[in-house]
Amino acid sequence: MLAWTIYLSFAGALVLALLPKSSKDLARWLALAVATAGLVLAVAGFVAGMGQGLTTIVDVPWVPSMGIHYILAADGISRVLVLLTGLAAVAGVLFSWNIELRTNEFFAFYLALIGGVYGVFLSFDFFLLFVFYEIAIVPKYFLIAIWGSTRREYGAMKLALYSFVGSAMVLIGLLAAYSQSGGHSTGLVALAHAGLPVSFQMWCFPLVFVGFAILAGMWPFHTWAPTGHVAAPTAASMLLAGVVMKLGAYGCLRVAMGVFPHGLDPWGFSVLGMGSWRDVFAVLALTGIVYGALVALAQVDFKFVIGYSSVSHMGFVLLGLMALNQIGLTGAVLQMFSHGAIAGLLFAIVGRIVYERTHTRQLAELEHMHLAKRLPFAAWAFVIAGMASMGLPGFSGFVAELQVLVGAWQAKPWWTIFAGVGIVVGVAYTWRALQKAFFSDHLPTPEEHPSTGWPSLGAITWPEVTGVALLVLATLWVGLYPRILLDSIEPAVKTLLAGGM
Amino acid sequence: MNFADLFRVTMPETVLEVAALLVLVVDLTALRNAAQKTRLTVAALLGAVGCLAALVTVLNTGGASLSFNGDLLLAVGGTAAVAQVAILALTALTLLLTVGMDFTRHGGEYTAVVLMAAAGGMLVSAAQDLLVIFIGLELLSLGLYILTAFAKTSGKSSEAAIKYYLFGGMSAAFLLFGFSYLYGIAGSTNLQQIIQATSGFGAYHTAPLLYAALVMVAAGLGFKVAAVPFHLWAPDAYEGAPAPAAAFIASVSKVASFALLISIGTAAWNLLGGVQGMTCPALAGMPAPQTLRYLGFRSVWMLILVTMAVASMVLGNLAALAQTSVRRLLAYSAIAHAGYMLLGLAYYSQTRTSADAILYYIITYGLTTIGAFGAVAVVEQATGGDSMDCFAGLHKRNPLLAGVLLVLFLSLAGIPPLVGFWAKFNLFAAVLSVGAGKTAFGLVALAIAMSAVSLYYYLQVLKRAYVLKPVDETPVKAHPLTTLVLLAITLSVVLLGCFPALLQGWIASF
Repeated sequence: MLAWTIYLSFAGALVLALLPKSSKDLARWLALAVATAGLVLAVAGFVAGMGQGLTTIVDVPWVPSMGIHYILAADGISRVLVLLTGLAAVAGVLFSWNIELRTNEFFAFYLALIGGVYGVFLSFDFFLLFVFYEIAIVPKYFLIAIWGSTRREYGAMKLALYSFVGSAMVLIGLLAAYSQSGGHSTGLVALAHAGLPVSFQMWCFPLVFVGFAILAGMWPFHTWAPTGHVAAPTAASMLLAGVVMKLGAYGCLRVAMGVFPHGLDPWGFSVLGMGSWRDVFAVLALTGIVYGALVALAQVDFKFVIGYSSVSHMGFVLLGLMALNQIGLTGAVLQMFSHGAIAGLLFAIVGRIVYERTHTRQLAELEHMHLAKRLPFAAWAFVIAGMASMGLPGFSGFVAELQVLVGAWQAKPWWTIFAGVGIVVGVAYTWRALQKAFFSDHLPTPEEHPSTGWPSLGAITWPEVTGVALLVLATLWVGLYPRILLDSIEPAVKTLLAGGM
Repeated sequence: MNFADLFRVTMPETVLEVAALLVLVVDLTALRNAAQKTRLTVAALLGAVGCLAALVTVLNTGGASLSFNGDLLLAVGGTAAVAQVAILALTALTLLLTVGMDFTRHGGEYTAVVLMAAAGGMLVSAAQDLLVIFIGLELLSLGLYILTAFAKTSGKSSEAAIKYYLFGGMSAAFLLFGFSYLYGIAGSTNLQQIIQATSGFGAYHTAPLLYAALVMVAAGLGFKVAAVPFHLWAPDAYEGAPAPAAAFIASVSKVASFALLISIGTAAWNLLGGVQGMTCPALAGMPAPQTLRYLGFRSVWMLILVTMAVASMVLGNLAALAQTSVRRLLAYSAIAHAGYMLLGLAYYSQTRTSADAILYYIITYGLTTIGAFGAVAVVEQATGGDSMDCFAGLHKRNPLLAGVLLVLFLSLAGIPPLVGFWAKFNLFAAVLSVGAGKTAFGLVALAIAMSAVSLYYYLQVLKRAYVLKPVDETPVKAHPLTTLVLLAITLSVVLLGCFPALLQGWIASF
């Protein structure tokens, strides 16, 4: 059932690409139908998979002479992330309802990207996973370069090159692991059980981990993320922050840590207090958390604030992974879901609801626009999204970050201090942006105040309301009743930690 | 050798030559007064039919390979047959793309020269003897020089042809000189005999002579495959030659040359590997000077190939970054692709893994590059140039062509699920199955890093086609047959990429 999410998305992309240019409404509804069908399948797959471990969906030989199989399978982690992709896809279509330029091509690229993302989350063959991973790169480039804003060609090319360099590192790791294991199979489970020598894993693990972590926005390879997010059209930044960054984190977890677990072993010596790759990546993750938050605090462009906050929040995912214990890893996966929903919401409010009406994202200009009164829906939606992003109890971010912190404490208590600093600064930059954009003290002077009242900013449309409702519900539901996802994630993490893939 | 055997083995080449003569006769008699377009169309279609006839003949040629006094002259079947079938199919495609072009008034002669050059390529792919190799290469090369110069009204075409010819003549001289040394060492012109004679210790004292010979052979063959530092002709030839001729040079001639490198490479690899008794099974039991290393490589031939491969990958990809002409860009990318394949030849396996992977790569590369040149030619006819800016807004002026360009260029960049990715994966996996040491990993890593660089320049072209706005909005029209051929190529690039086992199984079945 879950496999159809992939096929449906690609089929939708193909149909949309062949659609005549004039049928814009048809293109929108078709895209919405395909995305919704994907979400329905994802939910159905999630419900059907509850309480089950790893289930294989398809396993057929693809290239028999090289032992490459077409394996689609799902465990708890995959099902949660597929669910997230379905949510983000529907929300993204809703927030792109106003795309007028080359509408059918936009949704064709969009659905091709979604198809690739579904594919990565469901592949259990390294080769297949890599194929889907790369399929997701190219549509991103065109989505940003054609429909984007601020420095779009630069942002798009930077993003494409960063992604491609990362995937080149992964490809080297794939080839190395394949040949080192005797060239029989590229299946993730088979490679994990191939008994790759520890010395080999020691250099292959960081290669593959960094390759994937580039896309997860790990400091210092995060610079594509803010520029890419800002340049991208709203739906693309929602997908970038919502699911594409998760591709990277998922790759780190499933492939790098799943196939090369001994890469995390201690080196036996220490440099600058770091005795293993685990220490190195944990320090990078912590740097990302604090650095991203501090830089977000200093931004003048509203979208850049959200862009850098993504870097900070993705740091929590990586930190959770490096905690290497049950609760830390569970928290990391939950944080992937949580950040996917919340970042999507934030980008939607900033990029679509506010920017499309005010045509500026500069906080200094928004300050004088009196937005809390003129766009109350946006203001209150941002208050909710901001609270979720800060990690207030009741929202999914709280449960996820708390688990990561506990995991980090169990691993190395001092990690928690820096992560805590990141959370505090997170509250600060969210508040600052909220206050400046919506609830400013710098209200317009009487002479600036038009006597006839403010010009209307355009009514909030139904796709916007639906999209916001969808994402708010998701984060609230998970925040209030996290067991619904944790019951799936925990057993999967347990098997992964036990080395059983 | 008896002549019936010779006739049996060279039947496909004969069919091609007959087709070439037929094209000339029809063109100069029946169609003498017909319109130019008709003449070109008939000639190209006849030529394509001739290729198909030869293709059927290749598939039906059975029996033993051709020998003379017990020495192998021409191979039948195996990798040679794969290369021959590929040459014929790709030649037919380039001929079909000629229809609808207007670079020449002499369609019949053009087609005849293409067919004769293809016959040379087929001889090269099957040759097992230095003399046959040289004759085949010259037949192929002379055809290519003429084809490059075929746009008689274009100064660029003549300039490219003379450059190509001078470089070609020089490299042929080197090749022949190298061959003469090999003959001097081994006392035979037969590849197998040369292996036999030089793999024993008897030839050990002749090693310096052998190295000199190998370097000269590498210079000659490096020119054919456009490997750095023997690549200087390629950008000019690709830019100046008429588009179908450039496609022919980039595909068919490359297939033939790499087929030859596969035969020679096998021999030379065995030859020098055998000196150390490490890789030649016949000598496995003998004590051997294990310490002998050439800058860490097992043999001089390997060292030469690796040097050329690394230089080609790096220089080809980096130089391509700076190009504004799409044809020159394709030329530098061809140099880079040759580099990847040379790496496959350097780490050559005793089983057919490497040979099959290289053939897979060159066949699919040839197919893609023919399509790319076809698309470039259409744009060129409409806009009058091949600079990147001529591609601006192509998605509006001809959406289908823009789609073709998107798929083909992404395949060249090695993006899955297109065939270019699979070819790369297959090739690098073959390299690593032979050499699992740090050097091999490092070289493969370099190749993959360089192919990440290549995405940038392919995207530069695609960016213009898809992102930028057209300068003028008149539609770019393509001949229906050209569109059909381009669509067929695009479709096969996608399908072969999604089902890589199809072509792989077919190659392995020979």
